[in-house]
Amino acid sequence: MKKFIGKRAVASAISLVGLVIMVFFLSRLTGDPTDLYLPVDASLQAREQFREINGLNDPLMVQFGRYVADLAVLDFGNSIRRSRPAIDVVLEGFAWTLWLACVTMLLVTFAAIVIGSLAAFRVGGIFDRIATFFSLVGASAPDFWIAIVAIVVFAVNLRWLPTSGTGTIWHWVLPVSVLFIRPFGLILQVVRGSMIGVLSSAYVKTARAKGVRNRPIIFVHGLRNGMLPVITVIGDQAAGILNGAVIVETIFGFPGIGKLMIDSILQRDFNVVLAAIMVSALAIFLMNLLIDLAYALLDPRIRY
Amino acid sequence: MTEHLLEVCDLSVEFHTAGGTVKAVQDVSWHLDRGETLAILGESGSGKSVSASAIMNLIDMPPGRITSGRILLNGADMLKMTAEERRRINGARIAMIFQDPLAHLNPVYTVGWQIAEMMTTHGTPAAEARERALALLKRVGIPEPAEAMAKYPHQFSGGQRQRLMIAMALAFKPDILIADEPTTALDVTVQAQVLALLEELQAETGMGLLLITHDLGVVAEIADRVVVMNSGRIVETGNAAEVYSNPQHPYTKKLIGAAPGKGAMPAERDRGGEPLLRVERLSKHYGAFHALKGVSFTIMPGETVAVVGESGSGKSTLARALLRLEEPSGGQAFYKGRDLVTMPPKDLFGLRREIQMVFQDPTQSLNPRMSVYQLISEAWAIHPEILPRARWRARVAELLTKVGLDPGMAQRYPHQFSGGQRQRIAIARALALEPRLIVCDEAVSALDVSIQAQVIALLEGLRREFGLSYLFIAHDLPVVRDFADRVIVMKEGEIVEEGTVRQIFNAPHEPYTRALLAASLDPDPEVQARRREARLAEGLLTA
Repeated sequence: MKKFIGKRAVASAISLVGLVIMVFFLSRLTGDPTDLYLPVDASLQAREQFREINGLNDPLMVQFGRYVADLAVLDFGNSIRRSRPAIDVVLEGFAWTLWLACVTMLLVTFAAIVIGSLAAFRVGGIFDRIATFFSLVGASAPDFWIAIVAIVVFAVNLRWLPTSGTGTIWHWVLPVSVLFIRPFGLILQVVRGSMIGVLSSAYVKTARAKGVRNRPIIFVHGLRNGMLPVITVIGDQAAGILNGAVIVETIFGFPGIGKLMIDSILQRDFNVVLAAIMVSALAIFLMNLLIDLAYALLDPRIRY
Repeated sequence: MTEHLLEVCDLSVEFHTAGGTVKAVQDVSWHLDRGETLAILGESGSGKSVSASAIMNLIDMPPGRITSGRILLNGADMLKMTAEERRRINGARIAMIFQDPLAHLNPVYTVGWQIAEMMTTHGTPAAEARERALALLKRVGIPEPAEAMAKYPHQFSGGQRQRLMIAMALAFKPDILIADEPTTALDVTVQAQVLALLEELQAETGMGLLLITHDLGVVAEIADRVVVMNSGRIVETGNAAEVYSNPQHPYTKKLIGAAPGKGAMPAERDRGGEPLLRVERLSKHYGAFHALKGVSFTIMPGETVAVVGESGSGKSTLARALLRLEEPSGGQAFYKGRDLVTMPPKDLFGLRREIQMVFQDPTQSLNPRMSVYQLISEAWAIHPEILPRARWRARVAELLTKVGLDPGMAQRYPHQFSGGQRQRIAIARALALEPRLIVCDEAVSALDVSIQAQVIALLEGLRREFGLSYLFIAHDLPVVRDFADRVIVMKEGEIVEEGTVRQIFNAPHEPYTRALLAASLDPDPEVQARRREARLAEGLLTA
């Protein structure tokens, strides 16, 4: 087990190093932050001073060396825009996104498992139709469109919900609902397909011969076996949100890591971009580990 | 009218499929009394399991539909009961065990939990259920029952798994136990133990035992009465011994006639001259596990050598190591004087065509996306020197005729054939390369007896015609007795005994060989009764 985690960590660390190198140099290609931060009529001297303070005058390789050396002591540098440690800025945004991802995925998982299992139990029944409807909507309606329509309908016309920002629980309703649709449709289909197979398996036949009731047949005998392929998809979808639900966060003005990344790229706030990428990479690594552990937990035949 | 424990009257079941309506069983009637064993005997597709599924409410409706009939449990019609009433009967009054217990036990729950669930489902408190589950494990002979409670199904052997199923089924001492091919996947010695356990438990509880099987030997061993089914109808019913000794219906006669192990054993062959294959101290290790521990034997041209032994004895490893589907760990195998084990891959490629393999499950060994023509002619695409492309079509037709199939079927796909036909296709494919030696790994085990007899006759005919040699790996001794010249008995990766068929079957030296033969079931109930007495006297099977 420990060996397995260690191997995974090493493999992930290697790709992380590659990622940092790539993002560091690519982001420098976008141009000089000085032009963005100082007024158009700023003096040459002021520009020079700005570059000096932010270390932009040194050759790229020197800048990179300094960045790596700082990184070694977990110093991610300062945000140019906010004049405070980049990592603090990123962790704040990440916390928001983490909440958003957790709430959404919990709802998605619960709903998809219940409805998908019931759809599989009675193929062609009412739950099966719900499954088909949502997977069609989720697959075909783009989320930026749904987000904007939702704002127009529920915030502007009906005035039930706030348009954007955070603060009350009502602020969460629209972003969560919009983020919900696509993973819900997808996971619903995976649950349904997996459960159809599981419910026709030999051990379910045994359970029926034992006189086990329908509900435990579906949710005790079936579900634990049917969850294995589902977990992979849940992890994949959760990673998508963790990585920054960029569009949804931007439209709803939600201060998560996705919005932060877009803003920082536009503002050439390089340190924030890099820190954000490293934090989400770590989150995804942890999440994949969690999925592997969940596999072993669900199926006693899997041991690492 | 006397009331039976269980009575099925005029039961008809249909299945509505895309291909039309299939009448699975028609007007089936039989009954079962307390303390009695009734066998439903039939081949695949005969509908022998359908009435049991109807009793357990396991038929999916749709596509299934019960079009007529009654199922009376102590006189009450189960088909008129509500789903909840049926559920209360399942497990508590009528329990069922199945073929392939690994697939029928839930892989992600401990066996203790699964056995206890049988009881908690019907209202037993959890603590009491666990206690009784432990007692049941002890009763069916699971070693270290307390530890076994916390283990998962995959941690047990095949025979133990069937014991677990039996423990579960007997939790409430049901009135009726339905056993659907309970020993089909098991080794002969384990089969004998499981059947003995079922009988013991029947004597203890007085339950009625309904046994569904394709195996005349199982019927002979355990059944009081037998119902013979063919194409969804009962063709014959009666006392098991009488039906065997005096079958009335032509189908029953055919079935009994096809049972292997009755013909004359092949005459002694002259084994002079150069052997086709000489295997010396062949071994295969998987880490610390020695699957094959230095096996030596020879095969002469035109000879059939059978390898018998229980699962885990190394039979299949031997076949795979010989063909270098898995690299041997040591030893030599001289084919026409050249060592297969050390042969470079290039030479091996040329020689592969002379040594072909036919596998147990033709459904899996034939690519479902290739037509029969493609399956057979692929051999010539790989070895183009055998046949120019222009003659492929004619040769495929020729081969199909040879294995008893219509040449017009060449454009069909494997799923359009029956199991026996598929195995013929697999044999035709092996023949396409004009081999000298065919390795058959349980090649007839999955087939119905009548089909099995046909395939064996086909293999025998091909041997005479082309002088083929066979390495025939099997666990079914009667088939070996009919088909092989020599027999190798394997146990735990070693050859324990080797000799001609006569020698092995008439005068086995080793206790292991004798135990194998004693456990093997004869289709004749009288022979089987005599063997049982002998076994009891020897105390061989007090498991």
